[in-house]
Parts: sequence; structure tokens; C-alpha cells
Amino acid sequence: MRWVREHLVLLLGIVVLVYTFVPIFIVVLMSFNDPASRNVYRFDGFTLDNWTGFCDAEGMCAALGRSLAIGGLSTLVATVLGTLMAFALVRHDFRGRSATNLLIFLPMAAPEIVLGSSLLALFVASGFAGQLGFWTILIAHIMFCLSFVVVTVRARLAGMDDTLEQAAMDLYATPAQTFWRVTFPLVFPGILGAALLAFSLSFDDFIITNLNAGTTTTFPMYVWGANQRGVPMQVNAVGTLMFVISVSIVVLGELGNRRRRNALT
Amino acid sequence: MSSTAGVAPVAVTDPDPGSGPGSGPGVDTGADPGSDGSGRRRGRVGYLLLLPGLLWLIVFFVIPFYSLLATSLYDPAGSDFRGYDMTYHWANYWDAISEFKVPLLRSLGYGAIATLICLVLGYVLAYTIAFKAGRWKNLMLVLVIAPFFTSFLLRTLSWKLILADDGFVVSTLQFLQLLGDDGRLLATPVAVVAGLTYNFLPFMVLPLFASLDKIDPRLIEASSDLYANPVVGFFKVTWPLSLPGVVSGTLLTFIPAVGDYINQVLLGSPNQRMIGSVIQSQFVDANNYPSAAALSMVLMVLIVVMVLVYVRRAGTEELL
Repeated sequence: MRWVREHLVLLLGIVVLVYTFVPIFIVVLMSFNDPASRNVYRFDGFTLDNWTGFCDAEGMCAALGRSLAIGGLSTLVATVLGTLMAFALVRHDFRGRSATNLLIFLPMAAPEIVLGSSLLALFVASGFAGQLGFWTILIAHIMFCLSFVVVTVRARLAGMDDTLEQAAMDLYATPAQTFWRVTFPLVFPGILGAALLAFSLSFDDFIITNLNAGTTTTFPMYVWGANQRGVPMQVNAVGTLMFVISVSIVVLGELGNRRRRNALT
Repeated sequence: MSSTAGVAPVAVTDPDPGSGPGSGPGVDTGADPGSDGSGRRRGRVGYLLLLPGLLWLIVFFVIPFYSLLATSLYDPAGSDFRGYDMTYHWANYWDAISEFKVPLLRSLGYGAIATLICLVLGYVLAYTIAFKAGRWKNLMLVLVIAPFFTSFLLRTLSWKLILADDGFVVSTLQFLQLLGDDGRLLATPVAVVAGLTYNFLPFMVLPLFASLDKIDPRLIEASSDLYANPVVGFFKVTWPLSLPGVVSGTLLTFIPAVGDYINQVLLGSPNQRMIGSVIQSQFVDANNYPSAAALSMVLMVLIVVMVLVYVRRAGTEELL
């Protein structure tokens, strides 16, 4: 009893943490569910069908492929543009710095429904309402991923000690050599983290996408639509897979960091 | 953008990049004639690096806002097919607010309650990670973000199963006499607030952790040396020092919670809509662009005002 009193905060913290995992447990469990009917949210029996017949759910894999393509492309563009901006903000001096910072902050602060509806208003006003689809989704995703890339890379750059770069310069490295052999490798983990974040933001977005997609369907939109018709259990297999893959990436990254740190000391 | 947990708080609590180590004054690189002493270079390269991203944000973020404002002032007599006329019809705002004031107030209410619960739960978790986790600190931080890697929609659908009428939670509450025999959770405001609380909790935990982790534990020890009991010590030392985290966590939770409608549609009742779903359906289903745009603008202005008032009263300018 005394132990409980002394560790009350720790126990409560662990309870909150466990609570955040309850829905994940359900998603994993349901990926092995053999449902008795189409619209039942209940575990009826164990099966591997959802994993072996991954693409049997009509339209799911097409939507999944589209989400992967949009996620990949928007990550690529947002990461390149955002990294350039982060370098400009940390390493270069220019007029309008605070206005630029505000412009980067606002898309992260605005509610998604407002971001989505303002883009839709633009597309409608400029006569692109008929072209809503893959490209308009891509434009929207690059827009909201960009800010997150900038702040992630900027944090890494700002927290970086630049004595190594100065040492390289002192040893007669040209600016290009210094950049590619010293600066870039040091910033790279930040860029990689930003890209992963951008991908997961894009892959998971529903509200903005739904406003700018027209009749095109992404994976979150597929799940949304399926909720009305009865959710195929395969979507839980996708959820489980997403969880396993991204947690593995984080764990591998952490292990890599630890090994590098150990090698240095 | 539902899974914005990882980095958003960093953005908000991020110190001015110029004040980071390595860009302090007195560092002369020697190889950099344009250096102004802040470690930053002047010249055209900066603008060139900035330009592509800035253009994207101007064309697809600033101009859309102008477009939204314009749309909110169109003549409501127009339609998707015949086109709209710009008439500076300010009455759109009044009409939209009076027609949809219930969902608007409901969204603000749900958002406020969810944010408050998040603050309590998030504080416990962030405090545990910052002060009690020891060598498990990094692992616990990863665990806070981990649920985010599964789709927002799928996690919300799971709550549908957890809160179902024949589910474990409802039967336990009925057993404890906390819920009547014909009581239910699904399709009630309780379920919506529970969903919002769950989905936006990490947005609260991460900024709270960032500011709690910066507190020097010796300050808390000092308070107990001066005969403050733990509760007094908490309210006189820890809580005030964690206020920047409380402010940014509250904003990061409240803003997306008010605009969200996924939780309301999946877990709530269709008769109790939130403003997000009204805007969505006015735009997409009703094609009533002026009214939808006016509602969007109202939501944006409300949130900007709240952010400014909150930041001023709490005395933190760190947000920008």
C-alpha cells in the first residue's frame, strides 16, 4: 500500500498510456476477425482470411495505392521545398523574416476544415471545380505538409553545433564540400524525420482531402464510405500493417542512433 | 492532418532559430565575408532558397483565404451552375450564424470539455514521463506517439466497438449503477467528447512534456526544503513553470477538436452535428458556397481571436 502511494503518479501515467493503446489492440484483434455479418462490430471468430485475401475488399487496394502515391509525391515535394526554406530561415538573413515565420505557422494552427474549404473556394472560383481529384489532393497535401517539414528541419538545424563546419572550412574545404560532407549528413536525420511525418500526415488526412477530392477515393475516404456500408475487416489489416511498419522504422532509427552514439564515445 | 502529434508542439515551443547554439555572436567563420555576426549570411541565396516554398504557400494558402473571403460575400441567389456574383453580401454572415448557431456553440463546448479532460490526463502522463520515467523516458515518449501511426479513422471506429450498447464499458457502467439499464454511450455527446479526448491527447502531452522536462528538479526540492508539502510545491513551483506548455497544449488540442467532425459522425448522433460537418455538407452536398464560406471564416476568426486573447493573458509570446 505504501508502494502504491509513493508511485501513484507513475501508476496513473501508465494507466493513461495503456488507455491510448486500447483502440490499437482492437484494430489488431479485428484484423483476425471472421465477422458473421457485414455491419457487426464484434469479434465473431478467428480467421486469417483478412490477411490472405488482403485485396478482396472491393476498391480498397486501389484507394490504398492512390494514398501511397499521393503520400509519396507530396512527401517528396514538401520535403525538398521545406528543407530549402529551413536552410534559408536558419542560415540566411533576409527581409520579411517574421512575416515568413507567421506564414509557416498559420497552416499548422488553422483548423483543417478551414484549410480545406478555402482551397475548395479557390478551385471553384478559378474554374477547376470539374478537375477535383488526384492533382488537387496533391496540391493540398503539399501545402499542409510543407510547414511541418520546415519546423522539423529548422529545429534540427538550429540545434546543430556549427564548429564542425568551421573546422571543415579551416581545413580548406570548399563551401560545396563542406555542405555535402559535413552539413548535409548532420541535418539528414532531421530531413528524414520530416519526410516520415509528412508521409503519415498525407496518408492519414481525411477532412482536407474529402473537400478537394471530387470523386477520387483515398484510403481514409474509403474507410469513411465503408462505415456506411459495413466496414470490411481488411481495413484493420491495413491499420495493423501501418502500425507495425512505422513503429519498426522508429525503433530501427533509435537503435541506429544509439549505436552511432556508442561508436563516438 | 489528424496525426500531427510528433512535431506540432516542437513548432510552437521552438525557440527562435537564430538563438540556437552555433549562431551566437562572436563566432567568426572567416570564410564568410557576408556574416553579420548572427552567423547568418546576407545576399540573394537566402531568397532563392525561400522562393519555391513561399510561392507554394502564397498560391495555395494565402490566395485561397482571399478566395474564401470573396466567396463568403457572393450573392446567395447564385448557384453552382449559373455562377455567383460578387455583391458584398455581408448578410451571409448573419444568416449563416443564426441558422447554424447551435452546431457552432456545440463544437466550441465539445472542444472545451475535451481540452479540459486532455489537460488533466495529459498532465499526469507528461509529468510521469518527465519526472518518474527515469531511463524509460525515451521509450514512453515513443509510446505516446505510436498509436498515431494507425489511421485516425480506424482508431475512432474502434471506439464504436468499445462503447457499443452490448460492449464491456456499457455493461460495467450499468453494473455499477452509473448508467441506467436502457442507457447507452454510442450516439451520445459523451461518446463524441470521449473520442475527441482520445484523438487529441498526444497534442496535449508533447508540449506539456517539453516544458515540464525543462524544469530543474532542484527547484522542487528547494520548495520542500522550505517546508512546502508536495501539493503546495506543485501549485507554487511546477504548475507556474509549466504554463507555456499548458498554453500551447491547450491551443493545439482545442483548435483541431472544434473543427473536427469525424468523431461526431462516427460516434455521435446525426441530430447533434458539429460545425465541421455543417461546413462540409454545405460545400459538397448543398453546393451552398457563400454560406459555407461564411461559416468557415467565422470559425477562423473565432479561433484567431481566442489564440490572441489566450496568448496575451497567459503572457507567452512563444507561440510565434
